[in-house]
Amino acid sequence: MTAIEEIFRAEWGRLLAALIHLLGDFDVAEEALQEAFAIAVTEWSGETPRNPRAWLYGTARHKALDRLRRQARFADKQAELAYLAPAATSIDSSDEESGVPDERLRLIFTCCHPALAEDAQVALTLRTLCGLTTEEIARAFLVPVATMAQRLVRAKSKIRGAAIPYRVPPAAELRERLSSVMSVVYLVFNEGYAAASGATLVRHDLCAEAIRLARMLRMLMPDPELDALLALMLLHDSRRNARVDDAGEVVLLADQDRARWDRAEIEEGRALLQSSMRRSRPGTYALEAAIAAVHADASSAEETDWRQIVAIYERLYALHPTPVVALNQAVAVSMAEGPAPALPLIDALADSLTGYHLWHAARADILRRLGRSEEALASYRQALALAGNDAERRFLGRRIGELMG
Amino acid sequence: MEYLLLIYEGEKRWEGLSKPEIDKEMGEYGAFGQEFAGTIRGGNALQPTSTATTVRVRDGKRLTTDGPFAETKEQLGGYYLIDAPDLDAAIAVAAKIPGARSGSIEVRPIMTFS
Repeated sequence: MTAIEEIFRAEWGRLLAALIHLLGDFDVAEEALQEAFAIAVTEWSGETPRNPRAWLYGTARHKALDRLRRQARFADKQAELAYLAPAATSIDSSDEESGVPDERLRLIFTCCHPALAEDAQVALTLRTLCGLTTEEIARAFLVPVATMAQRLVRAKSKIRGAAIPYRVPPAAELRERLSSVMSVVYLVFNEGYAAASGATLVRHDLCAEAIRLARMLRMLMPDPELDALLALMLLHDSRRNARVDDAGEVVLLADQDRARWDRAEIEEGRALLQSSMRRSRPGTYALEAAIAAVHADASSAEETDWRQIVAIYERLYALHPTPVVALNQAVAVSMAEGPAPALPLIDALADSLTGYHLWHAARADILRRLGRSEEALASYRQALALAGNDAERRFLGRRIGELMG
Repeated sequence: MEYLLLIYEGEKRWEGLSKPEIDKEMGEYGAFGQEFAGTIRGGNALQPTSTATTVRVRDGKRLTTDGPFAETKEQLGGYYLIDAPDLDAAIAVAAKIPGARSGSIEVRPIMTFS
């Protein structure tokens, strides 16, 4: 990465958040900031200014105010300038060296406002806070660029048209709103970690962005649930190099080379989880992180403490009674007590999960372990028909080949 | 900024209510109106959709049909026009409308033409 690219990655979100606050308009702020970076590319040749953040902010602000003044003169938008005047002076009161106030919390709460569609919340967060381009986001979510561009335009025009406020919600709403911010962050992570469709299993750039967002949120707004979410993502992300082999094939948890797990991420995740559990009753993120931590503790698959995992799933199901949690619990039971007691638990979920490829795959695996090959084969075939990811399809194909061989 | 709060509710529900239940809910609407007197710019309850007439003009010809524009599970039963600083404030008012508990409130910003 060049120096400017590094500064772009590190500063884009913070600069944009401050400019939106100053200018009261997403598009004007974004265009001005892009312009400032374009000027930096030519003007900084070789020498980066002492305070690049302040330089970029000052340049973007100048460009934006210039444009708004011209627009105001031509279109006679006096009100806009009157609105801008007090805000323009208020930045000087910032005690931070660069003079750029940190408004990223306002930005993320606005991007994750529940009045916006969830896919728009995700796209807007990645565009504004992470500085991903529309093309990059479209590629990550496997939609055409035009679709993603339209999604972003529609979200921004709703923010403007319906007057979604640019602010951190008041205390009474904070809990609920923070949980929707966290679910957007986790959605970004999951999209990267267990991509529902497409050629590769892990789109790591999205995982890295989600972790970066969680770190930023934690710094701006300490909260035990946030620690738990970050712990969960780190503990899962630690396995990324072991989850897919050199040929791009899926490697199951049991078969992964644990030496390839990222110890630093595991240690950080574990410490965050402990600090979160000390401060508050574990929520769903903490319990899911605790399950991941049990796996991380086992030096081999055989040494995994499955009874503890079953117990954590019980607590998770009490908080979050969904069929998918019940399915995972049944799989854990099959590991702790054998396939026979797990089969009725899995079969009980047939009605709600019959369209879910992992239900068929889990059932197939249990039937295979019970020696009921014919039924296992039928279930693997159903899983294969429903799976959207190429790597998962190849894995299921191999299993079918083994049973038929 | 002005918002129109549209109250959608299954109108059959009202038919099933007893007199005291209706009085209670009307009382709640009265209390809502008082609590937000400074915010509400106007509002009305509507007669049921059985009284609705839909009018269209096509090729200069007037078409008049009985019934609402669209048959839906919940029907537009009333509205408030409010003045609120932003969407969050409008949502907070909408959530206090008694009809929000049984039906849905659609929050629509009013278009301004400059």
